[in-house]
Amino acid sequence: MAVAAELVAEAQFVEHRRGFRRRWYRTPSFVAGVTILGLIVLAALAAPLITQHNPTDQDLLHTLAGPSRSHWLGTDELGRDVWSRLAYGARTDLRVAFLAVVFPFTIGTVLGLVSGYYGGWIDTTTNWLVNVVVAFPFYILIIALVFALGPGTRSIYIAITLVGWVSYTRIIRGEVLVAKRREYVLAARAAGLSDRRILFRHLLPNVVTQAIVFACSDVVLDILAIVTLGYLGLGVQPPTPDWGRMIADGQTFLTTHWELSTIPGIAIVITALGLSLLADGLADLLRPE
Amino acid sequence: MTEPLLRVEGLRVEFNLARGVLRAVDGASFEVRPGEALGIVGESGSGKTMALRALVRLLPPAASVTGGTVEIDGVDVTAASEGQRRELRGRTVSMIFQEPMTALNPVMRVGEQIAETPLVRLGLSRRAARGRALELMSLVGIPDPKRRSRAYPHELSGGLRQRVMIAIALSADPKLILCDEPTTALDVTIQDQILKLLGALQRDLGVSLVFVSHDLAVIAQTCTRVAVMYAGQVVETGTVDAVFHEPRHPYTLGLLRSVPDFDSVRDRLSSIPGAPPDLALPPAGCRFHPRCPFVQDDCVGAPIPLIDLRADGTEPVSDPTGVRHLSERATRCLYHERCAEDARREPVVARA
Repeated sequence: MAVAAELVAEAQFVEHRRGFRRRWYRTPSFVAGVTILGLIVLAALAAPLITQHNPTDQDLLHTLAGPSRSHWLGTDELGRDVWSRLAYGARTDLRVAFLAVVFPFTIGTVLGLVSGYYGGWIDTTTNWLVNVVVAFPFYILIIALVFALGPGTRSIYIAITLVGWVSYTRIIRGEVLVAKRREYVLAARAAGLSDRRILFRHLLPNVVTQAIVFACSDVVLDILAIVTLGYLGLGVQPPTPDWGRMIADGQTFLTTHWELSTIPGIAIVITALGLSLLADGLADLLRPE
Repeated sequence: MTEPLLRVEGLRVEFNLARGVLRAVDGASFEVRPGEALGIVGESGSGKTMALRALVRLLPPAASVTGGTVEIDGVDVTAASEGQRRELRGRTVSMIFQEPMTALNPVMRVGEQIAETPLVRLGLSRRAARGRALELMSLVGIPDPKRRSRAYPHELSGGLRQRVMIAIALSADPKLILCDEPTTALDVTIQDQILKLLGALQRDLGVSLVFVSHDLAVIAQTCTRVAVMYAGQVVETGTVDAVFHEPRHPYTLGLLRSVPDFDSVRDRLSSIPGAPPDLALPPAGCRFHPRCPFVQDDCVGAPIPLIDLRADGTEPVSDPTGVRHLSERATRCLYHERCAEDARREPVVARA
């Protein structure tokens, strides 16, 4: 009897193991997201290898040219190669967007953990701060902050961090409020573990999933924010190529050369799609048993 | 007589609820000596789990200890700081929970969870802690510990999970293990294995157990002494033998009578009439009087103190403080003789 029970448990054990390894490539949205993003990141990393021109080199004799063998996507009003600018722009925008997510993610997660776990005045204060930030529209606040801090990537990081942490705090706090009532937290306390250990070793891995999933869509928001700032001339400063600046510059020629604005626009849409699919797949894969 | 490892006197736990103060534990007193197993038995809501959690001060936020003293291994937990209490938890006292699926961290490998207390509390190196975890896993009878230590809780069967819980509870060599219905979530064959394991560990390692359960058979199998709780009070204490053969409180008698007996099949299972009282408004006098078959006029007036029954059971002496010298035999019933008589007339335990 006991032997049979052990055998059954054993069989389930093995199956779970194998199932876990098998699962990720059975989640279509995850695979699609990783593929799309992977290609974009690869293109950004390999930009010097897949382009023939320097993205900032002007060629005033061949401005606003159509696609050709030497300029795959044509040239802009200063004769710069659009394909090169697109690839190098991906480098700038992806780097800034990913970095701009790391700070609010970290700060927001820690604040959410602490306020959800301890409650009391810490929670009240944090909630008050969250409500103050949430009261302003996301883009308006970021644009105002960058405007006040002066254009440039450093201002973008600061502004997005100041505004973005609230989402992570809200998500983590909500998850902690539920998770801290679970028995494993009680068991950890019964083992005499410190609050810090309970927070970071036991609660954090259980609640961080939702924040990671949100971070993927947050990158999309941040790319849009960076592009918007670039469009307004507050973002990445020229001559560094950036999709927002490309759209803004191409706008002047919208009636004659619509592709100048449209091509970076499509690049943004594809990136956003990849990130959304990735977020979707992660939500599926990271869902606790 | 050796000094008790755990001494609880007049413990009171109250919940502050919107509709008033609910006294979940009202003057519970018991003792556990080194190497001894005490069972606390009672139905749902009798305060047994809260009493257990109050011992190490791990109560829900709405609950607080409002009276009594708890002394563990010479340390007065009531007067201790939170830091001293944390020092006590894990090292001197550890806990085993009812549902191992929820009491284990779902995203941490079980080996890591067992190794955590030795690593953090005993200051072992990572390597030594891992070795200790494997040692403990074999000790609690987990086959192939090396491989199982890499498993997550959901990959193990219920019995294995509870063994992991026990390994965690043992990991810092505690003197006392508090078990909160450790076998309720398991099926009967696994339950038996776990109880035998706990019994063996108690014998071999000399740890003391406090065993909370609603299951009389479980208490009979594992414990030497028992405290019966009803509506937040300990209503009867004594050795398992004495209490089960000659209950001296009508509630205990009712509990024992409501256990199905497969040797003599009855048409109907007898049960205790009525329902447990609302703890925010407990009945005056004896809390069991509305459901008691032997109720008399004087059961209703003043609260009934714990009555010390001498070891020979002949000369009952009422204890004015109601909390001292309860180590052997005591009851909270004025007419306990009637109970004993009734139990003698129709024995309640076929097999001990």
